[in-house]
Amino acid sequence: MNVPSTVTRAEAARLLAFFEQAGAQRVDCGILQPAEVLLDLYGEDIRGRAYVTQDPSRGEQMLRPDFTVPVVQMHMTGGAEPARYTYAGEVFRRQEDHPERENEYIQVGYEVFDRVDPDAADAEVFALFHTALAPLGLHPATGDIGILMAAVEGLDTSARRRAALMRHIWRPRRFRALLDRFAGRSPVPASRAALLRAEDALADAGPMIGLRSVAEISARIEALREDAQDRPLSEAQVAALDAVLAVRETCPFALERLRDIAVDLPAISGALDRFARRIDALDKRGVDIEHLDFEASYGRTSMEYYDGFVFGFYAAGRPDLPPVATGGRYDALTRRLGNGAEIPAVGGVIRAGLIEILGGGQ
Amino acid sequence: MTVKLGVPSKGRLMEKTFDWFGERGVTLSRTGSEREYSGKVDGVEDVQLVLLSAGEIPRELAAGRLHLGVTGTDLVREKLVQWDQQVEEMAALGFGFADLIVAVPSCWVDVDCLDDLDAVASAFRAEHGHRLRIATKYHRLVRDYLRAGGVADYQLVDSQGATEGTVKNLTAEAIADITSTGETLRANHLKILGDGPILRSQATLFRSRKAQKSVAERAALKQLLDRLGL
Repeated sequence: MNVPSTVTRAEAARLLAFFEQAGAQRVDCGILQPAEVLLDLYGEDIRGRAYVTQDPSRGEQMLRPDFTVPVVQMHMTGGAEPARYTYAGEVFRRQEDHPERENEYIQVGYEVFDRVDPDAADAEVFALFHTALAPLGLHPATGDIGILMAAVEGLDTSARRRAALMRHIWRPRRFRALLDRFAGRSPVPASRAALLRAEDALADAGPMIGLRSVAEISARIEALREDAQDRPLSEAQVAALDAVLAVRETCPFALERLRDIAVDLPAISGALDRFARRIDALDKRGVDIEHLDFEASYGRTSMEYYDGFVFGFYAAGRPDLPPVATGGRYDALTRRLGNGAEIPAVGGVIRAGLIEILGGGQ
Repeated sequence: MTVKLGVPSKGRLMEKTFDWFGERGVTLSRTGSEREYSGKVDGVEDVQLVLLSAGEIPRELAAGRLHLGVTGTDLVREKLVQWDQQVEEMAALGFGFADLIVAVPSCWVDVDCLDDLDAVASAFRAEHGHRLRIATKYHRLVRDYLRAGGVADYQLVDSQGATEGTVKNLTAEAIADITSTGETLRANHLKILGDGPILRSQATLFRSRKAQKSVAERAALKQLLDRLGL
């Protein structure tokens, strides 16, 4: 049941041709990828989601869980600019929690590396996917991680606290716990209070074992003491951040609502200007923006490195199915993989097999 | 045509399992030489005793090669995906207690909970250029637990034994392992995080949901469970 059918393969070929028609260069990459790069990017979680295998001479190898990372690597080592790429092929995902879901399926992707007008590039990718998937009558969802990041960056609190929140934007529960702590909503644990009071916190530490040095332990205690002196994040700021996270409207109303919130959180204004330009660019490409949903929290729980525009296409009435297509902007990923270089980048993937399930194949 | 009952093949776990069944009128015993893994069942008909490693019992239950088996809840949950669809817990046996915990060096006076561990992992990665290593053999349980707890910037390193020694030997910064009294942890200058254990485990009698049963086996199983008061 894992082998993609001829209908699915034909659908993938059709999408590939469609993206080539749109100006993309066709690329391919190896099924086996060095695990190190992916582990470094995604952390331990990827082991639960991807197949890792051992090679005595090459080290750990991973069956590619997606094409985006190898395509970014390929582009960053000598791709001409601007560039548009398309690809089609199997990706492999372990499904520990959902054994009924496919662990091998075909993704067709389209990725844009272009410095000139990132907001227009966002609209270009979304509009292409919208056209390619139009016959299926899917429900599109959109969001913008960049607005959340700007909101966190703009909080009136220490750089350390902002960095801690930024690190956990993609982990909503931890993010919420940090926010509560910084706002003084959660009580200081007794052990923490004792540590902060102690004359010599390391007096009863016992023998020093492990790689983490006394200097590192002392530095953190110092940082905790400084943090305890910081005034709590104001209720108004937390409320403004919560208001951002709660925005769920069609695009024009979402923008209007966010502009209202920006009165209390002016740091998001730049990100909102980009949102506004993106809406215009989508409109110019014929997307019905009056009815396009926008959700500020959308994309927060995905493991991808999206840091701007995010989107997905869902089959209405089929909550059992994963999204038919997903995508977004990943500028930071190009920086991580670029050895000092970076370029604005946006793209997405379509699961060709779901199109067949939804009766859309040839 | 017999019901297959899997029991740990060695040590206290085996002896206590024999005792538990014995108290309910089902006598389990080893046969042959001290080194031979065979046994017999007295007190009920058509039940065969299969002695094997506690670590293999979950797999054998899931494969349907055992009808019943005694092993730790930690092993079932680590080794079986969607364990509750593959086996049913029939009885907690009241011994073999062990908690799966996360422990860090006692000298980490600034670390008491997952929140701290996450903050330290972030600083550790920046300082040392690699993720904070946690030694364990319970990869799935620990990964799920740390993901739910929102911990980032760590990596699991496999340790199949003497896990408490890995921190001192500089092959890990922290560990996740089972402990009953915590004595080995203390002896190795480690302390348990205060968030409560990942899992409280004890020896448990499981029934396979996968094993096929003939009419005779069904009857034998019912007779055995009746005798055990289950």
